[in-house]
Amino acid sequence: MKEYFGNIYTALATIFIGMKITFKHMFVPSVTIQYPEVKPQLPERERNRLYVNMDDCIGCDQCSRACPVSCIEIETTKSLPGEDLGKTSNGKKKALWVTNFTIDFAKCCYCQLCVFPCPTECIYMTDVYEFAEWERNKLVYDFATLTPEERQEKRDNLAKFNAEKEAEKLKAASEPKPEIKKDQPEEK
Amino acid sequence: MMYDFLVDLFGNSTLADIIAGTIQSILPLFVFILPFALFAVYLERKVSAHMQDRLGPMRTGWHGWKQTIADIIKLIQKEDIIATDNDKLLFNLAPIVVFVGSYAAFAAIPFSSYFIGTELDLGIFYIVAVTGLVVAGILMAGWASNNKYSLLGSMRSVAQIISYEIPTILVMLSLVMISGTMSLHTLSEQQTGYAWNWYIFGGPGMTLSKFLLIPSMFIGFLIIYISTLAEVNRTPFDIPEAESELVSGYHTEYSGMKFAMFFLAEYANMFAVSAIVVALFLGGYQSPIGYFGDLIGASWMIPIEQFTWFTIKGLFFVFVQMWLRWTLPRLRVDQLMTTSWKYLIPIAFVNLIIIGLITLL
Repeated sequence: MKEYFGNIYTALATIFIGMKITFKHMFVPSVTIQYPEVKPQLPERERNRLYVNMDDCIGCDQCSRACPVSCIEIETTKSLPGEDLGKTSNGKKKALWVTNFTIDFAKCCYCQLCVFPCPTECIYMTDVYEFAEWERNKLVYDFATLTPEERQEKRDNLAKFNAEKEAEKLKAASEPKPEIKKDQPEEK
Repeated sequence: MMYDFLVDLFGNSTLADIIAGTIQSILPLFVFILPFALFAVYLERKVSAHMQDRLGPMRTGWHGWKQTIADIIKLIQKEDIIATDNDKLLFNLAPIVVFVGSYAAFAAIPFSSYFIGTELDLGIFYIVAVTGLVVAGILMAGWASNNKYSLLGSMRSVAQIISYEIPTILVMLSLVMISGTMSLHTLSEQQTGYAWNWYIFGGPGMTLSKFLLIPSMFIGFLIIYISTLAEVNRTPFDIPEAESELVSGYHTEYSGMKFAMFFLAEYANMFAVSAIVVALFLGGYQSPIGYFGDLIGASWMIPIEQFTWFTIKGLFFVFVQMWLRWTLPRLRVDQLMTTSWKYLIPIAFVNLIIIGLITLL
């Protein structure tokens, strides 16, 4: 009998305690963020879309080699001896035309491994994460600043330069060469 | 009365009777139940969201108020699927039976002193009897669906509703003993005046029996609220629908408008039971603080005020139903039966006897 009334008491008392708690929660500010209007605070070292500052890029290909999924493709063209490509912000001299620098974000795994080897700190993570596309090939980003014509021009220039050099070499080879003495071990 | 007014409007004849009767019978559906169901679904989502520290629908309209309208439009457009192995006749009939059962109860509910579907002398008895149709409809739905979840859900539902009708009726009976009437209109009229004339505070008059009745009335109120909650299959008594166990119970196989009818019936039922509790214990459409219309001598305002008060009271108890839904976990089947047969029914019986003795005073 005591248990019977005890049950009734506990049932009602606990229901009222529970109702009190849920009622309080009606006035607790909601944790929902209205996403497109309000954006969540991102962590300091968040990893999102990459960006390449081409002014500083020396075309060293280290990021491409570090990439575990090979999503970075770099093509460089040697500059001609007379050309001045300027300097990077930390004083390195640029020697290569970067004629192609594409990153395929469909492949990218956002591991940030490409960021560390960069000698000029020109490739880094940004806070942009809204870049969905309907077509996959639109996710291939081209960072090279040169226009397609310029790129072709640089390649042609180099090819021409190489051809000239080759021709000079051939010319030099056809002429008799002075004999090169080989180093001989010294006798004691 | 509304009916007399309508008959006068169409000229006193048999045709006028028919027209007035038709308008009178479909008016609550379009004026009250459909808007209420739309609003209640929205309220349910908002209440549940805020109790869980969420926001609920926010995108459609201001704070998502158009959401349920969009939902109902979607439901109307949906394909009506009938599986090959369904019992076609019962399958098509079940939602109608369920809806008729819950809608017919509104005939005897007094929305205000001027707006009652029909002024039955046996109002309470009629409501109890006609809501029995819902049980039949649910069983039909579960059986005709030819689906184990539906059948299990409907069997549970039937067992539950039949069990919980007993304490409900016992409490109603004790009210009938005090008031001496079964008409909800008369019951509401008896509780006129101020809040202390409500039956939850022992009813009108300032006699000794009023004060003796107060504890019994509170117990009766709790019992009828709990058991009506179980009758409309709301959490914590929602084992017939039990999403996590039975998909969604007896209406698993339904789609489109038939599902919408079950849905509408469920929400109509929620308001119907709240309205019954309000009419029995909380003064029905009576204002707890007197009428503004009386104060400024505009008697035409009183029915409108009464309707407002009735809606507010009813909505408050609908809100409490939602509040309980997000507070309590679902009961197990045996716990459900224990609550009814071991606790509510004996207490209701003892309560009935005590009230009977007090009314003899």
